[in-house]
Amino acid sequence: MSSITADGQATHAHTSNEFGVGEFITTYVFSRDHKVIGLQFLFSTLLWFLIGGLLAIGIRWQLAWPWSDMPVIGPMLFSAEGGQISPEFYTMLFTMHATVMTFLVIIPILAGAFGNYLIPLMIGADDMAFPTLNMLSYWVMWPAFLFFGGSFFVAGNGASSGWTSYPPLASMTEAAPGSGLAQTMWLIALTCVGISSMMGSVNYMTTIIQMRAPGMTMMRLPMTIWGMFITALLQAFALPVLTAAGFMQLADRLFGTGFFVPEGLIVNNSEMAAGGGQPLLWQHLFWFYSHPAVYIMILPAMGMVSDILACFARKPLFGYKPMVYAICGIAGLGFIVWGHHMFVSGMNPGLGMTFMVATMMIALPSAVKTFNWLGTIYGGKIQFTTPMLFALSFVLMFVIGGLSGIFMAATPVDIFIHDTYFIVAHFHYVLFGGTAMAVFGAIYFWFPKMFGRMMNEPLGKIHFLLTFLFMNGTFFTMHILGAVGFPRRLADPYHYETFRHLLPMNQFMTICAILMVACQIFFIVNFFYSIFFGPKAGRNPWHANGLEWQAPSPPGHGNFDFQPIVYRGPYEYGSPEVDEDYYPQTQPPNQRGDTDEPATMVNH
Amino acid sequence: MGRFWSLLFLSVPILGVLTFLWAALGWYPLEGHWFPELVVADSSIDHLFYVILWMTGLVFIGTGLAMFWFLWKYDDTKHDGPVWYSHGSHLLEIIWSVVPAVVILFLAIYQMDAWAGARMRRPMLENGQPKPPIARVTGRQFEWKIQYPGNDKQFDTPDDLYTTNDLHVPRDEEVVLEITSEDVLHSFFLPNFREKQDVVPGMKQFIWFKPVKDGKYDIVCAELCGWGHYKMKGQITVESASDYRAWLEKAYNEQELSEYSLAEAE
Ligand code: HEM
Ligand SMILES: [Cu+2]
Ligand SMILES: [Cu+2]
Repeated sequence: MSSITADGQATHAHTSNEFGVGEFITTYVFSRDHKVIGLQFLFSTLLWFLIGGLLAIGIRWQLAWPWSDMPVIGPMLFSAEGGQISPEFYTMLFTMHATVMTFLVIIPILAGAFGNYLIPLMIGADDMAFPTLNMLSYWVMWPAFLFFGGSFFVAGNGASSGWTSYPPLASMTEAAPGSGLAQTMWLIALTCVGISSMMGSVNYMTTIIQMRAPGMTMMRLPMTIWGMFITALLQAFALPVLTAAGFMQLADRLFGTGFFVPEGLIVNNSEMAAGGGQPLLWQHLFWFYSHPAVYIMILPAMGMVSDILACFARKPLFGYKPMVYAICGIAGLGFIVWGHHMFVSGMNPGLGMTFMVATMMIALPSAVKTFNWLGTIYGGKIQFTTPMLFALSFVLMFVIGGLSGIFMAATPVDIFIHDTYFIVAHFHYVLFGGTAMAVFGAIYFWFPKMFGRMMNEPLGKIHFLLTFLFMNGTFFTMHILGAVGFPRRLADPYHYETFRHLLPMNQFMTICAILMVACQIFFIVNFFYSIFFGPKAGRNPWHANGLEWQAPSPPGHGNFDFQPIVYRGPYEYGSPEVDEDYYPQTQPPNQRGDTDEPATMVNH
Repeated sequence: MGRFWSLLFLSVPILGVLTFLWAALGWYPLEGHWFPELVVADSSIDHLFYVILWMTGLVFIGTGLAMFWFLWKYDDTKHDGPVWYSHGSHLLEIIWSVVPAVVILFLAIYQMDAWAGARMRRPMLENGQPKPPIARVTGRQFEWKIQYPGNDKQFDTPDDLYTTNDLHVPRDEEVVLEITSEDVLHSFFLPNFREKQDVVPGMKQFIWFKPVKDGKYDIVCAELCGWGHYKMKGQITVESASDYRAWLEKAYNEQELSEYSLAEAE
């Protein structure tokens, strides 16, 4: 390995004096270093997070003050309608909000940003198995960014058949204003996202299987890595189905095939030429990917939360093996429950019964995980740092999201609550209360490693407190709307007598939502200020055990300035064997109690 | 600060439960923020909802309190002594896998009957034949077309009655509807009837319910069907069997006057 300089940075052969343009491009733009790629993903997804949040404000504005002029932004965006949101525009808003949040934020931030950054570091490798493929996985996101972004500016102002893109609405250009070119661009962008994820997935699987440091057995992997690993498997198996379905829908739209269009449709008073297909086929194919995708959007977060909880409870993760089995169980079951999105779709009710039982089963591994997290903080020495607060809130919010899932798994209850705000409440508890909170926690946690500086704690805590309060204000109340049957995706739900009295409640939610977005300013300021001016962080500011904390902050090219050898699992906090309350994975066994674990290079 | 954060987390189960209670009791300002009035005989969906609400509510309160207590008690700044150095407990793992499994299994079996009633056991005539639909509802951008079969009980014959967004059904009878779509997906949603079914082009589907209370209620479209989705609104009227027949007759006569204009337009 390379030699170590005084400040702990690895020196490498290619560190030359003349740092030319070419070098700049290969180091920071078309970089093959997993850390740079991870940060590229991080910055891009955070930018899209902001865009997605602003789209959400558009949705909420319309639901709180329907058909009223939007101050400031209204005249800028749609002067034609006098600053009002039109029904077409509203349809586009929630379609693109959900699309951006799922495909450009949550999935790439977990796998692309954190997966890339952390996997090699946490398993003790110097990079990914296929660095060039890795670089490509970031750069094929750009066509996706451009196509999704560009679709705002073509006729229809963006795709508008929902992020689920159900045909026939989505597959017939005549069906809706936004289902022309914008929808085609949407499909192409989706394919690019798919290709990117696929490249990442292959890379992550290979890297985790092949490149672990000596002694890093599978059962010594941090939970973050387990989450990423199983997610990569899910993507490898589920994504081809979505990609194929996307191509079929493209063919339906561009070449007049009829995979998803039945015979004899009359749209806009003209009869469709194509036919012989089945709209339900799309739903099966789509959810065969997109149900596992909801686990793609939560398993890595669960892993990161496990690591953070153990670190700041200063004790071992409770039930490591059951946690691993639970992840595998969730992933396995995740493949056979997609039909729960289709209980009222017209699918055979007998099939509904089967999917119901499978869906109920998935509550089990989820319960196991929750109880193990509680077991982890029990009897610890809890440090209420910002990452810890976010991780704790993940657990609590995931409980809410998980429990509301049981209502929907119960087929008869789903008849009533399907496509109402109960659903919207549920997935926001999982995705915002869960995943997004975990992502914030992870940023605060690994920031010192990424940038070599600490973030500001008081600012972080204010950010946490406000986000937490307004998030619950926005989304908890949605359960209540769902109980009334308040449907989602309606530009004007007050058109129906049944829902007219819910306007004040919606205004309350909108105010919370606006404040929630606004308080992200604390995060943005903290993030950028700390990158440049935060106090310098050492290698291991949290006194954590993982391999990544033994590398320099930030790690140089090649990651480690020594050959890491792993002696134990990552959760040895508070061990009686050592004097400190942590026991890094690479620290050779202490003289006093070293008999149980020989420092051999096992399993590699 | 540990105390503060523990209490913040404690507020989640407390406020959460209060919100639900408040809404269910209909107290100011949450009047009407709960199920809309139920107007069909079958209340099994509401019942199931409450069963699940109780179960999940208890789990929610339990985990919330446990979490609060652990945070309060094991706050680093308030409590000394070594941590509980444990990697887990086999016994506990088994307990908290088996207990939820039993509960979940109970639920899965318990709800099957309601599902079968709603989706599999179509009402029968005395002779054992499936009960024919009282009307056919067709979704199209952006309206509900209703077609009654007329006296011959056959659809698509000259005596059919056509209306738009106006469905009438008799009280205290098992009503069967045939639903279908002419263009894209819609969803036939009757909040007061706890009934919802996606309307799929190329498919013919049947739903049934037994209304027990007179009145006019909303028909909502619950599946995104284009920009005008929000205005796809119909009305269902429940009335006594005699009123229902009188309405049918009157509507039919009006249609005769306009010379099948609706029928021919198709
Ligand atoms: C800034 C905070 C957010 C707010 C205020 C917000 C608001 C909303 C609202 C009001 C809807 C309902 C639209 C409708 O169905 O009528 C919605 C839908 C959705 N949101 Fe969010 N959201 C936020 C963050 C997120 C995040 C972080 C995700 C992560 C994936 C997300 C994913 C979705 C998805 C998948 C839908 C489904 C849209 C659909 O097809 O109906 N949202 N959001
Ligand atoms: Cu699902
Ligand atoms: Cu509709």
